[in-house]
Amino acid sequence: MQKNAKEMITKEISSNDVHLFMKGTPLFPQCGFSSTVVQILTYLEAPFTSTNVLEDENVREGIKEFSNWPTIPQLYVKGELMGGCDIIKEMFESGELQKILKEKSIISK
Amino acid sequence: MSMTKDELLETLSNGLPGSEIQIEDLAGDGDHYAATIKSKKFIGLNKIQQHKLVYDALGEKMGYTLHALSIKTEILED
Repeated sequence: MQKNAKEMITKEISSNDVHLFMKGTPLFPQCGFSSTVVQILTYLEAPFTSTNVLEDENVREGIKEFSNWPTIPQLYVKGELMGGCDIIKEMFESGELQKILKEKSIISK
Repeated sequence: MSMTKDELLETLSNGLPGSEIQIEDLAGDGDHYAATIKSKKFIGLNKIQQHKLVYDALGEKMGYTLHALSIKTEILED
């Protein structure tokens, strides 16, 4: 993995409580899976930052290697990989995501 | 850059022997599937770890041969 990409990824997930690596941007997602995660976070009013992996091929490949997770989106909470679209959706539907975000003081209600 | 439902089923079955697998073809284009996998191997693992086992079973195919696979993992009860 390119050193710059690794540094960038490490910096983003350590300085932001909730960070999403996605295709496109929260306003203009370019993939249905990324869009779903954005919608869930928005619905929960969870503040988050994001990286558009389509803008940088090194980050797009680097993030897969970094996390040993082959797909995008990838949601990080407090520096830890929480899941991709399927897991986040499942956790949202079961209420587990809300619980974790509350425990970590990211959302209040 | 696609695979048939049977190829996908075979790949998953080989990688996760003893599991119950259901595959749904979402778009009919050989590229968008949803798989539900029930396995005893998932016991004691969190979702991330469970999905990683599925990705391991797919190996290099995920993201290259196959673009979109929705995964649901469940623990197989006796």
